[in-house]
Amino acid sequence: MAKRRVAIVGTGQTNHKSHRPDVNGQELIHEAVVRALQDAELSINDIDAILIGNMDHFEGINYVDCWSIDGSGGYHKPIMKLTTGGTTGSTLAIGGYHFVASGMFDKVLVIGWEKNSESDTTGAITTAFDPIWDRLVFAGAISGLAVEAQSYMAKYGATDRDGARVSVRDRKHACNNPYAQLRKEVTLEEVLASPMLADPIHLLDVCPRTDGACAVVIASEDCAETITSTPDWIWATANRHTYSYLGDVNWGELDSIADASKELFKKSGINEPRKQINVIEMYQPYSLAGIIWIEDMGIIPRGKGAEYIWSGATDMGGELPINPSGGVIACNPIGATGLIRCAEAAMQVMGKAEGRQVPDVNFAVSTGFGGCMWTDMILHGKNKPNL
Amino acid sequence: MGNIFYGIEPSVYKSQINVPYQWWAGETASKFFMVLRDDKKILGKQCPRCGKVYCPPKKTCPSCFTETNSWKEVGPKGKLISYTIVLRQLAALQKKVPVAFGLICIDGADNAMLHYIGDVDVNNITIGMEVEAVFADDRNATINAISHFKPLT
Repeated sequence: MAKRRVAIVGTGQTNHKSHRPDVNGQELIHEAVVRALQDAELSINDIDAILIGNMDHFEGINYVDCWSIDGSGGYHKPIMKLTTGGTTGSTLAIGGYHFVASGMFDKVLVIGWEKNSESDTTGAITTAFDPIWDRLVFAGAISGLAVEAQSYMAKYGATDRDGARVSVRDRKHACNNPYAQLRKEVTLEEVLASPMLADPIHLLDVCPRTDGACAVVIASEDCAETITSTPDWIWATANRHTYSYLGDVNWGELDSIADASKELFKKSGINEPRKQINVIEMYQPYSLAGIIWIEDMGIIPRGKGAEYIWSGATDMGGELPINPSGGVIACNPIGATGLIRCAEAAMQVMGKAEGRQVPDVNFAVSTGFGGCMWTDMILHGKNKPNL
Repeated sequence: MGNIFYGIEPSVYKSQINVPYQWWAGETASKFFMVLRDDKKILGKQCPRCGKVYCPPKKTCPSCFTETNSWKEVGPKGKLISYTIVLRQLAALQKKVPVAFGLICIDGADNAMLHYIGDVDVNNITIGMEVEAVFADDRNATINAISHFKPLT
């Protein structure tokens, strides 16, 4: 249990792009760190410890905690690296929460980053899977997602057109976000006509490869309110891993997000998530997940996700806007992606989301998703949580 | 010890990991390498706060967390900070053993650069010795535009 309350007091991110040849990884990290410190009006000297992470094998640099110091500001500070695949960014945020909630550190800088342009995504991701059983070509980035989508469609009768509606939403939202990589609207027809990568996932259904970094400053209740008048209080976090072998997964439903949601909402007294949560920043790497996973979260009954999406309820101005930032389909520097969700949710609570601000946010949820269908979740709130 | 594989044919799955990489050097390192290739000049970059000159150049001073802002020509001479001599012909070595690797603090810089020490009997290498950059005849925009550093005495 947390020993004390914890809040996010500042966030920063790079202007994410497909390629950043003008900077190396350390220099990219530095841009996000400077922006986060500026946002919190702190200097690097105020920071007690640093957590940093990215995807294993993506840049071929294994000891990123050491290597990144020129950019992270970690010179002569305690630094720890966390890497958990797709969930790296959200795990970093949860780790930062643990660092501060435990009473060990007062102000922690959390950094997620990726230079996706420097390597081969599928080649690197394949190394996450069991070498004896699961390293056929299947074990890359997209195949597991396609299997989930196929299973869900067979169970509930959804179509790739339903998925396309989610892409249309996220790509439209991304136009409000100056940091997003893909800031151009797409139509249903364009999504459906885009090349089929792994049936039923078209090119425009799935996340791009991105160079980018994100940094978040997490502080204890002893100093959070002196740093900012609008801290984003972390109410609860939850993390679930289910299986490591692909053949053990309950395809078509994401058990990890279902179970993590239950824990998150129970810890924070949320009985009606659809009404009590004002905005979700979901780590949704492809479109149909935007339908399946809101059912798993208990927001919408099973099989009703597509109808809810088509109603416009998750669009900006709707009942429960999802991914005001444009989400992962518009931008995906993987090691940063989960932390960007966290930062965007924090910005919504802090009232700093500018052109993508959802009005009057009391509770926001951010999520992380990784490889063999695992989940991280964070509940962000405007008011101080009970301990 | 009995046969631990009795009744079992031990199955080993052989594979390899082959991940291609392309690392962007970034603007700061790129300028250093281009000047090295085109002008045979070594540049350092200075921190406006502590005054340290970095060669290899850094975009940010790690101790001050400040962006470096001015380029300074340094070298081509320098001092050997430390070294090692490799005697085993590892596959990754691009030269024939014995190969001497040195950390060279270029004159005018405050940090050191990793490079080869050449044109010398490796037994005569000593810490603190003066060395000078020898430029490659065929230069590309990498650290190999310098072929090696040679002792001056």
